[in-house]
Amino acid sequence: MLNYTIRRLVLSIPTLLFIALVIFLLLELAPGDPMGQMPLTIPDDVKQRMREALGLGEPWYTRFYLWLYQFFVVEPQYWIDGIFGTNFADGAQRIISFQSRSPVFETIAERMPQTLWVVGMSYIVGVGIALPIGIISAYKQYSVFDQAGTFVSMIGFSVPPFFSGVLLIVIFSVNLGWLPSIYDTTHQVVDWETMKFQFQQMIMPVMVLALQTTAQVSRYMRASMLDNLGQDYVRTARAKGMTESIVIMRHVLRNSMIPVVTVIALGIPSIFGGAIITEQIFKVNGLGQLLILALQGNDIPMVMTITFLLAVMIVMFNLIADILYGVLDPRIRYD
Amino acid sequence: MTDISTQVQPVDKIDPNAPFQPEEKSRNQWWDVWDQFRSHKGAMAGLIFLTFITLFCAFGPMVWDVDPGKLDIRNKDVRPIYVAVWDGDAKTSWARPMGTDHLGRDIMANIMQGGRISLAVGWTAMILAIIIGTFVGVLAGYFKRLDWGLMRFTDLVLSLPLLPLLLVMMLLFRDPLRAAFGPENGIFLLIVFGIGITSWMQTARIVRGDVMALKEREFVLAARSIGTPPRRMITRHILPNVLSPIMVSATLGLATAIITESALSFLGLGFPSDFPTWGKILFDSVDRMTAFPERVLWPGLAISLTVLAVNYIGDGLRDALDPRIRGL
Repeated sequence: MLNYTIRRLVLSIPTLLFIALVIFLLLELAPGDPMGQMPLTIPDDVKQRMREALGLGEPWYTRFYLWLYQFFVVEPQYWIDGIFGTNFADGAQRIISFQSRSPVFETIAERMPQTLWVVGMSYIVGVGIALPIGIISAYKQYSVFDQAGTFVSMIGFSVPPFFSGVLLIVIFSVNLGWLPSIYDTTHQVVDWETMKFQFQQMIMPVMVLALQTTAQVSRYMRASMLDNLGQDYVRTARAKGMTESIVIMRHVLRNSMIPVVTVIALGIPSIFGGAIITEQIFKVNGLGQLLILALQGNDIPMVMTITFLLAVMIVMFNLIADILYGVLDPRIRYD
Repeated sequence: MTDISTQVQPVDKIDPNAPFQPEEKSRNQWWDVWDQFRSHKGAMAGLIFLTFITLFCAFGPMVWDVDPGKLDIRNKDVRPIYVAVWDGDAKTSWARPMGTDHLGRDIMANIMQGGRISLAVGWTAMILAIIIGTFVGVLAGYFKRLDWGLMRFTDLVLSLPLLPLLLVMMLLFRDPLRAAFGPENGIFLLIVFGIGITSWMQTARIVRGDVMALKEREFVLAARSIGTPPRRMITRHILPNVLSPIMVSATLGLATAIITESALSFLGLGFPSDFPTWGKILFDSVDRMTAFPERVLWPGLAISLTVLAVNYIGDGLRDALDPRIRGL
């Protein structure tokens, strides 16, 4: 298993390099000019020098190498410096945003908590709702509850977040006036009153994202439970005279969770993609909104870094899912 | 019903080629599929709704002869006709059954026009994705030499962050394509192409698995023993037999394509605003949704119900095409 893990980790390096190259080359084709918003009175040769100062004069492979170096060497150094107060980086050039002229990672670090709160909460809530629905649906197959569960998950698959979110705003913010429609990120939780407000402003974005997760995970949970309920060991357990709750919760559930856990791990990166839209609806100033702003402002280093971070997450969670599968199910060991 | 013909259409093309098809006396297998499909209530409801919305968008503008782009400032912000039921003072008009927007454009005409584009984008992008996916899947499954490379490539594409990349593509190629093909066709091509090349991977994986299983079957061995060349082998023996998984993933593809197009339009990176699609109308209406919730509701419902219908059709097709369930 360790052997397999190491092999996969090594294999993920060329994968990530390839992805970085694809993103970089795609952005290289960008017609937008970061100098486009400079005053027209600046002479052409000065503009040319400004472009070179941004590092745009070099050929693309030099800049690609430089970006890789900054991403994988310089930025971790700054990170370590920030934590331990050391001085590894020694003033090396960081990845600088074209728009704000500040290090890209500082902006990302500012935006990260909002996204993590909303996305993380929604995932936990979504999985928490999905698992019981899946278990009961499978145990009482074709019952009213099962039909309703199927219908709800169909809705979760079909209603796009930009409609369910807007619908929730119309109902709960506009007509009923219960919940705020805009997520206030400056809000700080100090006492019960502010805690309540935080809860109120989080409930809608979290539920919108959670609906998607619930739809997917509950389907997998149901299918996996159904697979296991028909197995011989379940009959054996029942024949031994075990109570139904022990048969279901201890025997069937444990075995059914194996594929579901991997699905949950695989779904984490995609929920960040879904957050791009949800953040736009509820005006959460998280990573997704940052990406959209950077895209509109031709801020190539920012777009490149955020997109690549998402790619790293996808590759990492694929790896985690595969390894988890092997750890949980000894029949599927890869070596 | 018109949909029966579309259901059975692929059969006519494949039927004379399929080798182990029984002769005229017995029923065509697709009639069994259709019978099974009909017993799935949700799928039938989905099919009826999809037919309805397609006809509504395709032939609606001929009956409802209003130019969707025509500005009528005097009749702006007309509420839908049903608002008059509870609010007698509201500005309603029978000439504008779904109301007008802030520039006086007729909303019903816009929904029809938007539906035409959304559905056209969905279908074309889905067909493109299916063609690429089937091509890659069949090549990888049939030729062992290509398998490793093609599947690693599929894995690579699957680990790309697709939505951000699609957004980047929209932004970068919008202007060049618009200049080359005109504002409408350029964006249409870009969106269809973008969605197509980012959603073929699942189809490729499924088709590859099925082709690999088929390759071990006796009829393939028999065909090879009489010297059938690979090209004919694929078109005559392999492709007709992987048609069912392709059809199921086609329905899923249609649903995702419609949602992706709407999402792009909603993020302001899809079609330009004088060129309505359901996602675009929804996006344009969000700013005024407090006063005019219906403008958000109609396009949103259209997207959701269409996708729901397509998903149910996919569900029914999966059951109908699975011979283990059929006839129960």
